[in-house]
Amino acid sequence: MLSFIVILPFLSAFLMGVVYLENTKKKRYSFYTLVGVGTPAISTVLSFILGSQLLTGSDTIHDTLFQWIDIGDFNISVAFMADRLSVVMISFITFIGTLIHIYAAGYMKEDENYGKFFTYFNLFMGSMLLLVLADNPIMMFVGWELVGLSSYLLIGFYHKESSNITAANKAFILNRVGDFGFIMAISLLFISLEGSGFTFDSIKENITMIDHETLSLIGILLFVGAMGKSAQIPLYVWLPDAMAGPTPVSALIHAATMVTAGVYMVARYSFIYIEIPDIGLFIATIGASSALFAAIIASYQSDIKKILAYSTMSQLGYMFMAVGIGAYSSGIFHVFTHAFFKALLFMGAGAVIIALHHEQNIFKMGGLKKELKLVYITMFIATLAISGIPPFAGFFSKDAILVTAFASEHYILWGMGSLTAMLTAFYMFRLLFTVFHSQSTETKKVHAVPAAMTAPLVILALGSATVGFLGANEAYGGSAWINTFLALPDAALSISHTKEYMLGGMNVLLALLGMGLAYKLFAKEAQEVKVDTLFKKVVVNKFYIDEIYGFFVLKPLLILSHFIAEVMDPKIFDGFINFNVWGYRKSALFFSKLQNGKVRYYALYILIGVSGMSCYLLLKLGVL
Amino acid sequence: MTPELFFLLASVLFSIGLVGLVSRKNLFVLYMSIELMLSAVNLLLATFSKVLNDANGSVIALLIIAVIAAEAVLFLAMIVHIYRTSRSVDSDHLNKLREGAENA
Repeated sequence: MLSFIVILPFLSAFLMGVVYLENTKKKRYSFYTLVGVGTPAISTVLSFILGSQLLTGSDTIHDTLFQWIDIGDFNISVAFMADRLSVVMISFITFIGTLIHIYAAGYMKEDENYGKFFTYFNLFMGSMLLLVLADNPIMMFVGWELVGLSSYLLIGFYHKESSNITAANKAFILNRVGDFGFIMAISLLFISLEGSGFTFDSIKENITMIDHETLSLIGILLFVGAMGKSAQIPLYVWLPDAMAGPTPVSALIHAATMVTAGVYMVARYSFIYIEIPDIGLFIATIGASSALFAAIIASYQSDIKKILAYSTMSQLGYMFMAVGIGAYSSGIFHVFTHAFFKALLFMGAGAVIIALHHEQNIFKMGGLKKELKLVYITMFIATLAISGIPPFAGFFSKDAILVTAFASEHYILWGMGSLTAMLTAFYMFRLLFTVFHSQSTETKKVHAVPAAMTAPLVILALGSATVGFLGANEAYGGSAWINTFLALPDAALSISHTKEYMLGGMNVLLALLGMGLAYKLFAKEAQEVKVDTLFKKVVVNKFYIDEIYGFFVLKPLLILSHFIAEVMDPKIFDGFINFNVWGYRKSALFFSKLQNGKVRYYALYILIGVSGMSCYLLLKLGVL
Repeated sequence: MTPELFFLLASVLFSIGLVGLVSRKNLFVLYMSIELMLSAVNLLLATFSKVLNDANGSVIALLIIAVIAAEAVLFLAMIVHIYRTSRSVDSDHLNKLREGAENA
């Protein structure tokens, strides 16, 4: 059954792919919708059944499909493993994924490549499930790469515009940089384990075989992989550009699949990271910096999807902060709640974009409160959730992270996190107020939003409002159920309830402050960011990071490539070959002169030949 | 008369024939050079026949003289025929077998 969760999306992707290629022009709306949306739904049901099995006792479920590689000590099976961590992951991946599929059926309805879209979409789901359910690092890597591939295909889905292709390439190539770290890490892990099994279980058992330095290196390299996939400093630049894909793709990338893979991976390898707390701290620092950095950029963006993209990066920063300090459960819990409200935000944004005929600049929207009432209400809930206003989901998960940061006495990280929390509230409400409240500058006829797009919004809004209780701390009357269930090796930290209330209260205050600021500035009439100070100029241009990368990475690379293409290749390598060719030609010309067709020359050659042979014979015979 | 003198004469005749074959272009001269070389070999055969007291050598030499006579007929006929087709008895003109010959 476990295998079916993974195999089904792949099978349906294959089926749809074949059917699509059979006739790319033909509209088979109902077929694609049935298969494309049905399969994730079945996977969801299977995941829930699996989850209930784990709830009622059994610890981990293994399922081996077949032996893939078997060379001496090196044997890798195509096997799946569901433990509590992966069950939590697949439950929300399949559930939210299915909702996004339903939404996509509405969003992409008019698209002529509807079938192709769902093929890729199911492939994406399948890859992510493979990544999460993998029983060994190799299978995880396969899933990891497939996620990269499908994201590439989907980001470049509108392939007729070259900027979209550039964005897709950017995502793919930056992910390759991360993948390099990942594959180095698993290779190193394999070598260090000296062939004592290569499944997660056996690695966990034999982790003491590896000395501290190697383990640190593995930890860092794994995190490089996570940086790429989860868009952390310095490998984040692909994420905002990935908005080039259709909005459901953004929702899927940001909520259910892809970006959460990095956090999941760190949690999956938590048995390594608890051995190396200093690397954990490094991860936490990168996370906190990414969170703050992205929040600052998001506060000055005007493209609705880019704001959400930076906000994802910011929230991912929180997650890495959590897993870095050792609060793996809190990190995964934030992944879980974030999936709900971020999917909701993206889908809401998609609905707004559809309603306004593909307008993405929030300052050209406004006053949509009445026209898009349902979208407004659901997005409001999501915004409250992401800003950390109780009792919505984001509050509990974010609070858990910040409390852990405080309790572990990393006050700088905690300060950065709190500041980010305020900025989060600010930029999210800035978006919300500008889009739905402020006076509209241009009145446009609002396009109707189909029910397939609004129904998932309602479900997710309910989720965003309630799932937080699953992980509510004792201080808030919960029992941190999700932490108990996950049973990850969390760092043991204790903090008094009074302090916890104070921290929680402060977070709410900060969020309200951000919200109030946004209300004051943007609720009545919103104006596009005026670039008047140097600071604003730098922030609006996203700290010129793209330009810096362009200057320091791309330009030298281009110059080097040009040097190789224009100097090294034609002059040195071709030169060497051409020199040889010249030599052959010259000697051939010389020898061809011998064969001049004149009979007396041939007689001469015979003479030389016979004389030579005679001399040889005479010398050999010792006559002369 | 020592046989060495005959060996020397045969060698000289053969060398003259060979040099003539290599350095001249006229088909008649070539023919004569070839004949000269054949004759040198014949002389050698006859000499060895005498030195070794074996009649076989003389027999072969006589046979070769007959062959030379027949060959002369064929050779001269060929030269005449070549002259008829190419109006030349220059051996350098006979290079049709060479690929891309410029003066075929």
